[in-house]
Amino acid sequence: MTQDHHNHETQHNHPGYGIYFLVWFALLVLTGITVTVAGIDFGNLTVATALTVACIKSYLVLTIFMHLKVENPVFKVFVWVALFFLIVSLVLLFTDYSFI
Amino acid sequence: MTAHPTGVNDVSYLEYKGKHKGLMSWIFSTDHKRIGVLYLISMLTFFAVGVTFGFLMRLELIAPGPTIMDPQTYNSIFTLHGVIMIFLFIIPGLPAVFGNFFLPIMIGAKDVSFPRLNLLSWWLFLIGGLLAIVSVFLPGGPADTGWTFYIPYSVRSGTNVMPALMAAFILGFSSILTGLNFVTTVHRLRTKGMGWFKLPLFIWSLYSTAWIQVLATPIIGITLLLVVFERWMGFGIFDPALGGDPVLYQHLFWIYSHPAVYIMILPAMGVISEIIPVFARRTIFGYKFIAFSSVAIALLGSLVWAHHMFTVGMSGTAMFIFSLLTFIVAIPSAIKVFNWVATLYKGSIYTDPPMLYALAFIFLFSIGGFTGLMQGALSVNLHIHDTSFIVAHFHYVMFGGTGFGIFAAMHYWWPKMFGRKYKMRPAKVAFWLLFVGFNVLYFPMFVMGWLGMPRRYYDYLPEYTPYHRLSTIGSWILITGLIIMFYNLYSALRKGEKTTEENIWGGETLEWRAKTPPPLENFEDLPEVSEAPYEYKENDLVNEKELEEVH
Repeated sequence: MTQDHHNHETQHNHPGYGIYFLVWFALLVLTGITVTVAGIDFGNLTVATALTVACIKSYLVLTIFMHLKVENPVFKVFVWVALFFLIVSLVLLFTDYSFI
Repeated sequence: MTAHPTGVNDVSYLEYKGKHKGLMSWIFSTDHKRIGVLYLISMLTFFAVGVTFGFLMRLELIAPGPTIMDPQTYNSIFTLHGVIMIFLFIIPGLPAVFGNFFLPIMIGAKDVSFPRLNLLSWWLFLIGGLLAIVSVFLPGGPADTGWTFYIPYSVRSGTNVMPALMAAFILGFSSILTGLNFVTTVHRLRTKGMGWFKLPLFIWSLYSTAWIQVLATPIIGITLLLVVFERWMGFGIFDPALGGDPVLYQHLFWIYSHPAVYIMILPAMGVISEIIPVFARRTIFGYKFIAFSSVAIALLGSLVWAHHMFTVGMSGTAMFIFSLLTFIVAIPSAIKVFNWVATLYKGSIYTDPPMLYALAFIFLFSIGGFTGLMQGALSVNLHIHDTSFIVAHFHYVMFGGTGFGIFAAMHYWWPKMFGRKYKMRPAKVAFWLLFVGFNVLYFPMFVMGWLGMPRRYYDYLPEYTPYHRLSTIGSWILITGLIIMFYNLYSALRKGEKTTEENIWGGETLEWRAKTPPPLENFEDLPEVSEAPYEYKENDLVNEKELEEVH
């Protein structure tokens, strides 16, 4: 039940398998880093390090595996809207906690 | 456009013979119209259960002290009434039933973007719904936490909280899939000429709703799952006894559940925006303002959740910010109300049943909205928090608003969906009974709430008796109206006058250009759109002569 005139829009140059394997390897390395860092006492920086690594991993998955890098700009807008709301929700949530 | 098999569009979607026969041709159909009807049947079944529970609660409260049930049963019944009405009736009510049925038709498409995903979302809805019902009969007894599942009680309660949580979790997935489908469909499958500002306003409201469904529902999913883990393994995220933060639960719960009330009300506002121009024979006033106010409600409505928590001991900063945001979110709702009223001004108003429900919507929603603003003020909120004032407020918004919106949609689109006309007189009698019964049932709750009657209480002091008694009598009037309304619609299906008339009410949107009832692919050839959706002045489709025939 698809409409054919939209199909041409989905033809993009996707990165090759080499890139996919490279990203996969990078994700494994980053996971290793998270696990290792969890065992070291960085004090306040422990959470920050884990979140930074998680952000890098999310970025790689979104741009490469989920094709955001080569997709139509409207999808990027969608992701930014979602991220914006996540951030606003977090900021508003933390207004209730004393360290703000 | 792909060539379709011969005969697909010769018969209506009701007569079309697909791969399966009988019941299978419905429960495995990927046709958006059949899925809409499946949702309608399941939703109304759950609604009947919810109404029964509501009726029993009111009956219990007719006099102080035990009347027909014990306190534990009462707790379970108000929980189930809430869970069923919210997750199984109001949330899916308009998007899943009428959105599924009419969104593709109104944008000139053959179906939604992902028809199979659409069917999956109905199956998930059914599984979630059945799980909620089954939890009543499992050993341990039905959940008694209220539909909000507040911690720490939801961790301690020995009742079947787990199945109820899982039911809400599964229903959330159903909602996400529907939202995803609608966002994609509106972006990808609009017919030729259907620009964004030629979309009917119902579609704008469904589009905004779909975004909330996609963005906010995962939050309740993960939160409910955390409660499941909390009960199961004692994680200690929310439970204060284990070092958790119960207020964090309330934040996470309302980050979804407040936008969820806009999931409930926005599509109803869309329906009203469809009905009013048709029955006032006027172009909608302020099309762009109504369209953008839907988006604004979706955006701002996601940022006001903590106004449910003014009494939990939040920081002063949070109280101030959330109170301010709550007042701001009233603006787009008010824009809609002003525009509807402005559309009526100097219109040729026809008071057919859909219009009566639409007018009742404006009246009841305005009362519900204003009393909502009262609660947005911090000082008043402290006084009326957790009283029956709140119960009255959200029933005015959710039932007087969304409920009447659903009834309006049913009366507006029923003949188009099934090719049968219902009887006008019983429909109008039912409307007046519903309208009077509704106000008699819920208005006394404002008064007694203001005087201090707490919500969710099984017993009360004798001075509240007259209000409770009046309210219970109201419930009987309301239920009489519901029975007449549903009997009238049901008997229309069985023996109502058949109609193949395309434009039944004289509407301008695309569904009135499709056959009645629509064929499998909705249109013989996909229509082209050249003008805005409510152009009565410049369109000779509706002239006085045709109007005379309709009425």
